[in-house]
Amino acid sequence: MTTPDSTKPATNTLVIGIIAWLWVLIPFAYGLYQLVIKIPALFAG
Amino acid sequence: MAAGFLARERTIAPPGWSRWLIPPAALSIHLAIGQAYAWSVFKTPLAATLLPGNPNAGVLTALPFELGIIMLGLSAALFGTKVDANGPRWAMVVASSCFVGGFLVSALGCYIGQFWLVVVGYGFLGGIGLGIGYISPVSTLIKWFPDRPGLSTGIAIMGFGGGALIASPLTTQLLAAFGGTGQGATAAGVGQTFLVMGIIYAIFMSVGWLLVRVPPDGWRPEGWTPPTTGVLAGKFDVSARNAIRTPQFWLLWVVLCFNVTAGIGILERAAPIWTDFFGAGAAAAAVTAAAAGYVALLSLANMLGRIGWSTTSDYLGRKNMYRGYLGIGALLYLTITLTTNSSPVIFLICSMLILSFYGGGFATVPAYLRDLFGTYQVGAIHGRLLTAWSVAGVLGPLIVNAIADAQIAAKVEGPARYTTSFIIMIVLLAIGFVCNELIKPVADKFHEERSTATTGAQA
Repeated sequence: MTTPDSTKPATNTLVIGIIAWLWVLIPFAYGLYQLVIKIPALFAG
Repeated sequence: MAAGFLARERTIAPPGWSRWLIPPAALSIHLAIGQAYAWSVFKTPLAATLLPGNPNAGVLTALPFELGIIMLGLSAALFGTKVDANGPRWAMVVASSCFVGGFLVSALGCYIGQFWLVVVGYGFLGGIGLGIGYISPVSTLIKWFPDRPGLSTGIAIMGFGGGALIASPLTTQLLAAFGGTGQGATAAGVGQTFLVMGIIYAIFMSVGWLLVRVPPDGWRPEGWTPPTTGVLAGKFDVSARNAIRTPQFWLLWVVLCFNVTAGIGILERAAPIWTDFFGAGAAAAAVTAAAAGYVALLSLANMLGRIGWSTTSDYLGRKNMYRGYLGIGALLYLTITLTTNSSPVIFLICSMLILSFYGGGFATVPAYLRDLFGTYQVGAIHGRLLTAWSVAGVLGPLIVNAIADAQIAAKVEGPARYTTSFIIMIVLLAIGFVCNELIKPVADKFHEERSTATTGAQA
């Protein structure tokens, strides 16, 4: 039987989790920021 | 079977592995492949640099997107079983390779001036990445969140809808930085944008296949026991083979197809539509910025509709939700057709609601299928139903682009370019509304024996 490839202790899961969520949330925040700053342009002219 | 690092056995979570690590893994895939919704930002630069003066540029530049959606549906239907057998890591690596490969082939096409390579690269190769990437995280999340299936799949499917929120400004900025847009735009600039985006997505998606794990057999969330009564418990089961023999499946196929057609028609041509409605007399840079913002707003509506309307369907019922998507959607199209460009606010509200219904339709359909056919082979049935998405991916852009190109050739200006196509959308939504009304519970003769269904589901 093959063992799972991750043997890190569960305490490291929190750190990995924070990094992983930041990995997806930072680009998402960038997208939201870009959206907000463009809204006035939609109504200009 | 996948071997080594990619093998399913290697992805079984060790003790203590948090299931909350799986949503970001899924999001890193879905936020990337959701880039497809920002395709319209590429249309004008491609038309200007690779297809200058071509009267069919609108239809031609829609081809990569259309083929991508076709391949999404086909690969989801064809590779669903293989994805389950080989595990999510294998699926995510294949999805990432195909999706990123599509960008690299498109970059090559731009560098050597061959538009067909963009169609094959982004559409065919990238489309396979879209399909495999779409289904893999969803099935994994369902396994990790049996107590919150709506929340977990909503996160992933919302991520797919929100991908353009990131891709739209990123693409615009890269095109401007590399000289792929504006005065003196070059195909090499567009190619460089494809290349850099491919590299960015390769890195971004890697977190998905590095982090994803499947729960061990028999794993359950702490303190949770499977329900034995209520809607979630299921009343009967229908096999995928029998499901496609029922009128309910094909009625729902038409419902999904026409609901998607109505949304995708606006989505795929969002930037040019905004320019045609509100671009007259404004500076080119301002119009480009506003159009990119419009694409992003539609992406936001699409994304919020997926999680919002899908969650609402648990309270109002699936059939009622589709009544709204189709009936109110038709009225919104009618409003746009009648008010044209008299009010950007009305236009924005209507088109955002239409796109939220589009996203909601996608997110609600798995639950509708479960209501009709049970949970036995709902994944396989869903995969087959996604062929409706493929058809709509051609139908929607074809209707809007072909009519718009003909109107442009006839020197028609402004919103009038879209009047005919919007009327067609209203008719399609009305047909979908009728089909939804005709959906009744599946006849007893199609039901599986419970013992058969249970055995099959565990296989």
